[in-house]
Amino acid sequence: MSSGPLASIREVGRYALFVGGLVAEVPRALLRPGLVVQQVYNAGALSLVIVMLSGLFVGMVLGLQGFDLLERFGSEESLGTAAALGLVKELGPVVTALLFAGRAGTALASEIGLMRATDQLAAMEMMAVDPVRRVVVPRFLGGVISMPLLAAIFSMIGIYGAQLVGVQMMGVDPGQFWSQMRGAVEQADVMEGVIKSVVFGLSCSAIAVYEGFHAAPTAEGVGRATTRTVVLSSVMVLLLDYMLTAILL
Amino acid sequence: MNSTARDERIVEVTGVRYAAGGRAIFDGLDLSVRRGSVTAVMGPSGTGKTTLLRLISGQAEPEAGSVRVFGRELAGLSRAEIYAMRRRMGMLFQQGALLTDLDVYENVAFPLREHARLPEALVRMMVLTRLEAVGLRGAARLMPWELSGGMARRVALARAIVMDPELLIYDEPFVGLDPISMGVVLRLIRELNDTLGITSIVVSHDVEEIAKVADEAWLLSGGRVVASGAPGDLLASEDPPVRQFMRGLADGPVPFHYSAAPLRDELFGEGP
Repeated sequence: MSSGPLASIREVGRYALFVGGLVAEVPRALLRPGLVVQQVYNAGALSLVIVMLSGLFVGMVLGLQGFDLLERFGSEESLGTAAALGLVKELGPVVTALLFAGRAGTALASEIGLMRATDQLAAMEMMAVDPVRRVVVPRFLGGVISMPLLAAIFSMIGIYGAQLVGVQMMGVDPGQFWSQMRGAVEQADVMEGVIKSVVFGLSCSAIAVYEGFHAAPTAEGVGRATTRTVVLSSVMVLLLDYMLTAILL
Repeated sequence: MNSTARDERIVEVTGVRYAAGGRAIFDGLDLSVRRGSVTAVMGPSGTGKTTLLRLISGQAEPEAGSVRVFGRELAGLSRAEIYAMRRRMGMLFQQGALLTDLDVYENVAFPLREHARLPEALVRMMVLTRLEAVGLRGAARLMPWELSGGMARRVALARAIVMDPELLIYDEPFVGLDPISMGVVLRLIRELNDTLGITSIVVSHDVEEIAKVADEAWLLSGGRVVASGAPGDLLASEDPPVRQFMRGLADGPVPFHYSAAPLRDELFGEGP
């Protein structure tokens, strides 16, 4: 029947075929940059406030916890290094991806699902316009481009938050804070974060557009697609994070 | 127009069998649409009227039989060929299916922008003339959610005719419309058909309304055609299934009661 391991394998196969189709359409979509830029705005710019606020608070908590831990070893001047490495390699990509799934991913899934439910995708088909090319691929690309940029902004604001707590409140020497960070954080560390955020961006965007495009054309179907987007994306981000960390370390 | 052109069949459905979800929807369906006519396809709910439109527009493929549109067999056409065929047809969906992120003007301009690289002045002229034809030029900058149901359908109609189609398909165009909007849509169906020289297929179960504008009507029931001809003839028919549908009788060949065990057994017996 339609449950059990066979159904799961079939679902994975469907995902793979769908994503393959998306990737094949990417060169054509890039010929119409206006559509992609609009989606970068929707997925990226509209997520900026939540990502920046979260980055600030995560950085501040990191500053407090890091200071408390490092003070025990008498090395609180390493706070800048600890905060930067934690943010750039791990928290930046992961927390941003989770926020991205919750804000942009759900918006993508519900938008495409509602377009299906209100016959807008069928109308495009009837106007000889491929909805995958016109609707899905620009949104997928918008997510893929936005995610690394959002993660970079998250990490930057996070480091500022850690500095705010560590230097301004706890009295860590600002020279030590910044110079140790610059000395210890290497290009490979930054690349690890970039690779993670690109992979998370790909998987979160693919899950969101797949779930939206295949939503049942009812209110319940769209709701279910939105929920599945958040749940699947979050689990996938944490799973991929472990795998990528194991590979890249 | 000579008699050959007048009798030319723009859509020919022959011996079509189609099943969905294990249920046979069509079993030997034969139907054709004459070029230049307004043809009504009627029938009780669930008889596959919308499925017929899906077959004609190449969104579904029959298990057996043939569907020919513009003289070409649809089975075996590639996606690109199906898309090329759809550019020659327009379709009006039940609720209009306007793109909600675009205003009225951009909705009508959408097919032009997708399929042709035209100077903006020409796009503007084409969009405004189509909106004028449906009486909504003044609503060009409204968003879809600011429109009433009838207005949304008229905008969708303007969009459907902006590419100058040869065949225009209406899927239940009167559902949920007030009498005035219904009158407007009826008038538009006839006027657009005659002034633009297109062919129209209207799927509907609003018998009286559609009988006013249709040249020809097909009545479907139980997966096949039960009657066809001029709407007036169908209205006067004494054939039981035709009579029941055309006059809206609650009981007849289509029973009022869904198939069930006798009421006495169910109330006083073991139950289902």
